[in-house]
Amino acid sequence: MFTREFNDPACQDVREVGGKAAGLAQMTAAGLPVAPGFAVTAAAYRAYLQTGGLQEFTRGVLDGLGTSREQSAFDDADRAISERFTRMPLPDSVANAIRAAYAKLCEDTGVDNIAVAVRSSATAEDSVGASFAGEFETWVDIVGADAVLEYVHKCYVSVFAGRVLSYLAEKEIDPHAIEMAVVIQKTVRARAAGVMFTLSPTSGDRSKIVMEASWGLGLSVVGGEVTPDRFVVDKVGLGIADRVVGNKIIEYRRGDAPVDVPAERRDVLCLQDDEVVALATLGKKLERIHQAPQDIEFAVDEELPEGSNLILLQCRPETVWSNADRKPAFDATAGMMSWITGSISGATAPPAHAHDASHQR
Amino acid sequence: MTDTAGTTPGSTARFPFFNESKAPAGGEGWESMYPYYLVPSEETTEHENAQFWFADTMHWSRGCHPFDSIGAEAVYLGVGTFSTRIFALPVSLGLDVRVVNGYVYISPLGVEDPARIQERVAIFQERAGYYYANWDELYGKWKAKMEGAIDSLRTIEFPRLAEYDPAEVVTEARGRSSAMAVIENYHRLIDEFFSIWQYHFEFLNLGYGGYITFFQFCKQAFPLISEQSISRMVAGVDVLAFRPDDELRKLAALSHELDLNSIITGDGGPETILAALAETTNGRTWLAAFEEAKDPWFNYFAEYGFTHDQETWASDLSIPLQGISRYAVKIAAGEDISRPIERLRDERDEIVDEYRALLTGDEARQFDELLGLARKVFPYIEEHNIYVEHWSHKVFWEKAWDLARFLVDAGFLDTAEDMFYLNRFELDTALFDVVDSWAIGVPARGKKRWQAEIARRRPIVAALQAASAPPAYGIPPQQVTDPFAVMNYGVTTERVHDWLGASDGATDKLNGIPGSLGIVEGPVRVLRSEKDLPLLQPGEILVAPITAPSWAAAFAVATGVITDIGGMMCHAAIVCREYGIPAVVGTGFATARLTTGQRVRIDGKAGTVVVLEPAPDTTRATETAAAVR
Repeated sequence: MFTREFNDPACQDVREVGGKAAGLAQMTAAGLPVAPGFAVTAAAYRAYLQTGGLQEFTRGVLDGLGTSREQSAFDDADRAISERFTRMPLPDSVANAIRAAYAKLCEDTGVDNIAVAVRSSATAEDSVGASFAGEFETWVDIVGADAVLEYVHKCYVSVFAGRVLSYLAEKEIDPHAIEMAVVIQKTVRARAAGVMFTLSPTSGDRSKIVMEASWGLGLSVVGGEVTPDRFVVDKVGLGIADRVVGNKIIEYRRGDAPVDVPAERRDVLCLQDDEVVALATLGKKLERIHQAPQDIEFAVDEELPEGSNLILLQCRPETVWSNADRKPAFDATAGMMSWITGSISGATAPPAHAHDASHQR
Repeated sequence: MTDTAGTTPGSTARFPFFNESKAPAGGEGWESMYPYYLVPSEETTEHENAQFWFADTMHWSRGCHPFDSIGAEAVYLGVGTFSTRIFALPVSLGLDVRVVNGYVYISPLGVEDPARIQERVAIFQERAGYYYANWDELYGKWKAKMEGAIDSLRTIEFPRLAEYDPAEVVTEARGRSSAMAVIENYHRLIDEFFSIWQYHFEFLNLGYGGYITFFQFCKQAFPLISEQSISRMVAGVDVLAFRPDDELRKLAALSHELDLNSIITGDGGPETILAALAETTNGRTWLAAFEEAKDPWFNYFAEYGFTHDQETWASDLSIPLQGISRYAVKIAAGEDISRPIERLRDERDEIVDEYRALLTGDEARQFDELLGLARKVFPYIEEHNIYVEHWSHKVFWEKAWDLARFLVDAGFLDTAEDMFYLNRFELDTALFDVVDSWAIGVPARGKKRWQAEIARRRPIVAALQAASAPPAYGIPPQQVTDPFAVMNYGVTTERVHDWLGASDGATDKLNGIPGSLGIVEGPVRVLRSEKDLPLLQPGEILVAPITAPSWAAAFAVATGVITDIGGMMCHAAIVCREYGIPAVVGTGFATARLTTGQRVRIDGKAGTVVVLEPAPDTTRATETAAAVR
């Protein structure tokens, strides 16, 4: 199989699709929505190297390097291989499989000529480790099957980039131990996007989920270019405890430059209640999987149909409050009667009501 | 607390003093109706003017009749003894109490001397510790004491004075007149009432203390957690407090099952409905269940049973019938109105588990310990009203009315209602006069004197009742720290500030305590008494001095609730949350500021009421309300 959709259980095989694609497939299996797409497997890469003696050619070039650690030697090898690869298109079997998968993605999402990101998802034998994964490239807004084939091909060439070769040599990894799987994934067209913390970032309250979101891509929120809408959700029971309308003056329709938000949309909440609750549910799930509060980036895609338009983009552990030392309210050694005495003595009178998050940012 | 005492009258830094307040027109001379110590006086002015007083409209939502002021004595004697003298709450003494223009005002008294606080801490920990350690056993004894007191009240009789004492006085050689029992029983009636109010406070503040401690733990662990979430973890799902309403639900379900909805939801008073039911087999089956539910579950005041003229469900069957009818309509519309105990309990456990899972090991241990404490004490908080305010008060007022009829029989009063224009000491005097004059064989010596006094007082009480109570008097504290004032009455620092600001004039916004989450817009229905409840229309927001738990069936119709007084732990708020209608409690002025028909938006989370349109024709609204009385 040269392609695997993210919802295919076989797509969770790291060895065959690389860490990136396997991660996306695992999230999909766990009910965590990612931008839809598929992986071009390591088998496709192997098939390419079997074409027209490419593998022998690269082997020869690399052997020619000997023990040289000169960057210029790596760059020379890069040029030679790149020139040879450029003359050798993908074999029909691989190209047809990718064309079919791309066509299916267009059909599934209801978007013709869907714009996709083409992302390297390199894989290797277990012994090699995964430290090389960050070395490869990603291209966004690739439109049409021909262009997809072109960029998959670029991924294959990128394995032998001079920079990569020198890195691999330093780590004593044989470039042939690496196989290039590729992720083809819809480019997110965000109607709205933002950031979600699975605790209150201002008070550290772990029973709240706080979201900030604005129109367009999340860049405007992360970059502080707008006052985003803020939503506070009770983690227990998933009730929306607060909605505060922001002032969303600009939005990024694409990643390049912001445009003005028309006046009538600036103070309209960019997320519906059901979207807020659905996102909070995802946040709760991620926190449970990772066993710690999370800092999550999300988007609401405007091209995908409602119900499958929420997209998780990034997830990392929250660090500020999670690492803070927490003490229980009362001195454990003092005993219950002392706690009660303190409580009824009005040292801190119970507030009549909580100003839920109203003081946040 | 006294640092603003020097401010000049009229300054917004304080509320008026008692000695600056004026009686409403026609209410002049009210002071003479109540026991002297309940009335502000020259001798106590200095103390009164140094204190902060707020209206206890939760218990007395209208100006009270002279006899009914006994409740203010009993309640605040009870609070005082237990806070000040028995459990020695470290920083709180009792609540001082005054009647002003017929309304009851109370003032929390604190302890400030550190040495005295230390001394009280030691006593409190020992004494309260004993109760917490033996809670279930002592609570069991409490129920027995209450049942005993209620039984004792039931035995009270005021047999009419006949021409001659019964023969048994002779054949049993009793050696004293049966009429002595009249005076004795009056004293027993009063004494039992005071005892019951002692028992009421035997557990209440300790119960609040246990709950507040869990509450404060939660606020520390989850700074943004709502009161609603905390109380949901603690609240019982099958406590006595829900039983009366549960009975209505059951009877509604039975009505549906027996195909009686057309009769039960029909027009006409209780007599018409009950008569129609008695004509069919199914109807009789239903009536049997209805009778079965009555005792004790309809021994339930529509408010809190602090006034002689309040109806119970049993005395005014239109109240429970209306509730049943409302539920029956819901069932017919396919709604499930049952309270599935098991599921509610599972949901509660699930919420608790989810919160616990967010805690560290050390925190979770404390959470469990304090949740255990809160759950141990909470049933008392939820259930004691049934025993005290409903079951005991029902018998107390029944016996008071027996005594009133005794006085009418004796030719001393024109109508039974007249008795309640005398306070308990005046009544004692009059009663002695009646018995003594009967014994001697002369007409009662004070009949004309008291009838003239009652005639003078009748318009005074009417004038007092027609006026609303200002929410507070005196010097507001910088911070309201008394946890009980906050928890039970909703009197918080913020609220007091709102009252100060709002007392300057009308505004289009009222602030209160968030009682139950949700936002709703609609026309209001201002009801000053449970008797007006039938006026409430579907879709209206109920505005009342208080909302007693027994109004629950009305909550099925109202889309929201606004009250003048009450905090998140007032009995009303507990039940309101159970039924999931937005509520703002403790607004101070809602019944005075809002007019039936006015549109408002209430936000049960922020605790705000925004007036969306000016009052409609006020005169008409008042007439409508008056017409129903």
